[in-house]
Amino acid sequence: MGEVIVVTSGKGGVGKTTTTANLGVGLAALGHKVALIDADIGLRNLDVLLGLENRIVYDLTDVTGGRCRLKQALIKDKHCEGLHLLPASQTKDKTAVSQEEMKKLCQDMAQEFEYVIIDCPAGIEQGFRNAIAGANKAIVVTTPEVAAVRDADRIIGLLEAAELRNPKLVINRFRYKMVQQKDMMSIEDIIDILAVDLLGVVPEDEQVVVSTNKGESVIQDERSRSGQAFRNIVRRIKGEAIPLMNLNQSGMLNKLRRIIGLR
Amino acid sequence: MLEFLTRLFSRESSPSKDIAKERLRLVLVHDRAGVSPQLLQALKSELIKVISNYMEIDEQGLEVNLDSHDNQVALIANIPIKQMKRLPENVVSGL
Repeated sequence: MGEVIVVTSGKGGVGKTTTTANLGVGLAALGHKVALIDADIGLRNLDVLLGLENRIVYDLTDVTGGRCRLKQALIKDKHCEGLHLLPASQTKDKTAVSQEEMKKLCQDMAQEFEYVIIDCPAGIEQGFRNAIAGANKAIVVTTPEVAAVRDADRIIGLLEAAELRNPKLVINRFRYKMVQQKDMMSIEDIIDILAVDLLGVVPEDEQVVVSTNKGESVIQDERSRSGQAFRNIVRRIKGEAIPLMNLNQSGMLNKLRRIIGLR
Repeated sequence: MLEFLTRLFSRESSPSKDIAKERLRLVLVHDRAGVSPQLLQALKSELIKVISNYMEIDEQGLEVNLDSHDNQVALIANIPIKQMKRLPENVVSGL
């Protein structure tokens, strides 16, 4: 049986879909059989991030509604062997799927894949409840802002109420320089408030935009800092003890290293 | 340079991350306790009603909030008093 991991955040725009895509690509790159589920029905994005938007024939609601078989709806990733996407429907709404159907779908997929990663929609309504229904692990993504951490706290409470214990936290869009200047909450501040285990910290990185533009994942960019952070997270998901990377990259020496490709 | 100077002078107040942390802490006390603004407002108006029987208070300046220290949640009320009311003897002894 594979692991079914839901990536959630409460607040929108903190990087759930980016995180889902990168973890999927990262795990598949290490040779695992991975399926990503876009549970954001009505507003699908994960296909675009992976550059698979032109290949969609069937979607999640077609599978749960019995209009096609799971195999027909799954799209193989073009860059990454072993990675599959089950896209969301763009035309239906969240009521098109029930929690029972999601549970069944996740169970079926966990038979076939080592990792099933679900991209949860923003909010705490039915879309959220559907997305977490079949999961046995949860990753909460936040950014170092008051609103995002507040929503993360709410989500952690709801996950625990739904028996998804010990969610792991990813702090995204972290800016070391601003933390040094005491203009951004630090990792310790956030962990102290939320009282959860830290899975990883992803630095703010313009390269994410560049990769997304091209329908690629930053985790495959060997030289990008956020890519490194995601690669570390992937290895932690696999159970390896990887220390946090050095988030301070503002020094001249580091800049020079990056320019000549030494990191 | 200008940025440096503004930074230098703005340092007198607390750093913005401390403000963020404190605001977050307070908002989470309310969220976690499940206390809605409506409930707090209702509590406020009842407090005003009861206290007004005994003293004249500044209703505008009244603050009622939840706070937490060492995992204990406390209801903190700051109620500025304008004037004590003189109550008839029998009312006081009747309490």
